Amino acid sequence: MFVLAIDTSSAAVSAAVGPIEDPHALVIRTQVNARGHGELLAPTIADCLRSAGVTPAELHAVVAGVGPGPFTGLRVGLVTAISIADARGLPTYGVCSLDALAVADRRVLVATDARRREVYWARYADGRRRDEPSVSRAEDVPLEGCEAMVGAGARQYAEVLGLPLLDGDYPDLRRLVAAAAERVLAGAPSEPLTPLYLRRPDAVAPGQPKAVTP
Amino acid sequence: MSEPLVLGIETSCDETGVGIVRGSTLLADAIASSVEEHARFGGVVPEVASRAHLEAMRPTVGRALETAGVGLDDIDAIAVTAGPGLAGALLVGVAAAKAYALALDRPLYGVNHLSAHVAVDLLENGPLEEPCVALLVSGGHSSVLLVPQVGGEEVTELGATVDDAAGEAYDKVARLLGLPFPGGPPIDRLAREGDPAAIAFPRGLSGPHDPPFAFSFSGLKTAVARWVEGRRRAGEDVPVADVAASFQEAVVDVLTAKAVRAARERGVGHLLLGGGVAANSRLRALAAQRCAEAGLRLRVPRPGLCTDNGAMVAALGAQLVRHGASPSSLDIPADSALSIEDVLV
Repeated sequence: MFVLAIDTSSAAVSAAVGPIEDPHALVIRTQVNARGHGELLAPTIADCLRSAGVTPAELHAVVAGVGPGPFTGLRVGLVTAISIADARGLPTYGVCSLDALAVADRRVLVATDARRREVYWARYADGRRRDEPSVSRAEDVPLEGCEAMVGAGARQYAEVLGLPLLDGDYPDLRRLVAAAAERVLAGAPSEPLTPLYLRRPDAVAPGQPKAVTP
Repeated sequence: MSEPLVLGIETSCDETGVGIVRGSTLLADAIASSVEEHARFGGVVPEVASRAHLEAMRPTVGRALETAGVGLDDIDAIAVTAGPGLAGALLVGVAAAKAYALALDRPLYGVNHLSAHVAVDLLENGPLEEPCVALLVSGGHSSVLLVPQVGGEEVTELGATVDDAAGEAYDKVARLLGLPFPGGPPIDRLAREGDPAAIAFPRGLSGPHDPPFAFSFSGLKTAVARWVEGRRRAGEDVPVADVAASFQEAVVDVLTAKAVRAARERGVGHLLLGGGVAANSRLRALAAQRCAEAGLRLRVPRPGLCTDNGAMVAALGAQLVRHGASPSSLDIPADSALSIEDVLV
């Protein structure tokens, strides 16, 4: 049962194709380019399909990281996942992108870059997320119960956060697929891929027009 | 071979448009608009528009297919607006189009939004196998183009606005007069009750030494603001309908005069109108009158096809397929500043 997995919640543009039953057999391609999601994602998926010897018609499901992450790149991944699934009549399954960074046997803080001097974060124990994903300044992230940290945001604010830093800056597609495997294998109902924006759009209603005469 | 069945996707501003055409025959034109979400901000908020595109994409594709009575497997090619427009908004449509092209193994055509506004005319008015001058006016653009072949790969820009687009001037004047966003429809309605000669607002770049086909609407907008402020400061009522009519007359006077002049100087027999402002009733009426006086034929699609839509993108895509144009690659960018002369990316 072949799956396509996509995550564009970080500076990494990542896709994977392979059998859901065996995450180690996934063909994974990742390019790090914070402004390149729109140009890089579709060719990266095409490359995964080719390398895995799988055609789009042979896919059974699409798994996507739904963020949180910078909006523009995140949307590229989600609209791509939604459209490929629509074209082939496939179910879609969403996974919180932070879950694809958590280390199963450690109590970790996962923190990714949210720009504007903030991080997206959540705490994990035994591979389970203990918080709803949040966005805040690194100095405001609670560290109780964490023995280590991981993610590009943790690396960027390593001094402020002060926990031992683990390897792996970006979501790992093997973990992403594993997080959805049970649902995919059980033929669970398709899920809407709703982005975790965690911030409102920047927009303010205008006041009165400024006078042009002095 | 039968005419190509093309699905077109448009997300350059606040409309999620998906159209389906077979050759020059319109089969579906599905639109989801986020305009109401922008109204209270007095203009399109890019992030709000981008979020709405993501939500609307799949349902809008579904509605277009249903209306056309075809399935995705029947589609021969995917066309998409690659620019110009709002970067984040364009990106949603471009990514979706690439995904459909990849998953269906069909060619992708990343096309120019402005050329699509020209090509949509084919759906209503049939082939035009001779050069024409096109006047494209919208919230983001005001240009006079020389188009050797509608739906072809060549376009020459004869002139464009040096500051605000015509539609932008409508939005700003509407806000000044306390009218809702977008400003075109309420000003058009109000102007019918006003006197277009009541106030002599300036005609920008209309002097003998000005560039013949360039536009400027920023000074006009300021002139309207000064006039209205003067009235208010004097404690007098503002004759809103007269202001609307006189402002509108200044805009459409310059637009039509320059477009007709371009057509005559270039020796072409047709003037084509496109873009959201081409839905304006006074622009359509004055263009018709001046074209008749100049012996030109006017081609203008119905208002619903002048504003942004997916059918226009599909229409241009179908022409490119017909002319054997090379498809776009899967790594094309969404180009917010795409040149008007780049028809296909």
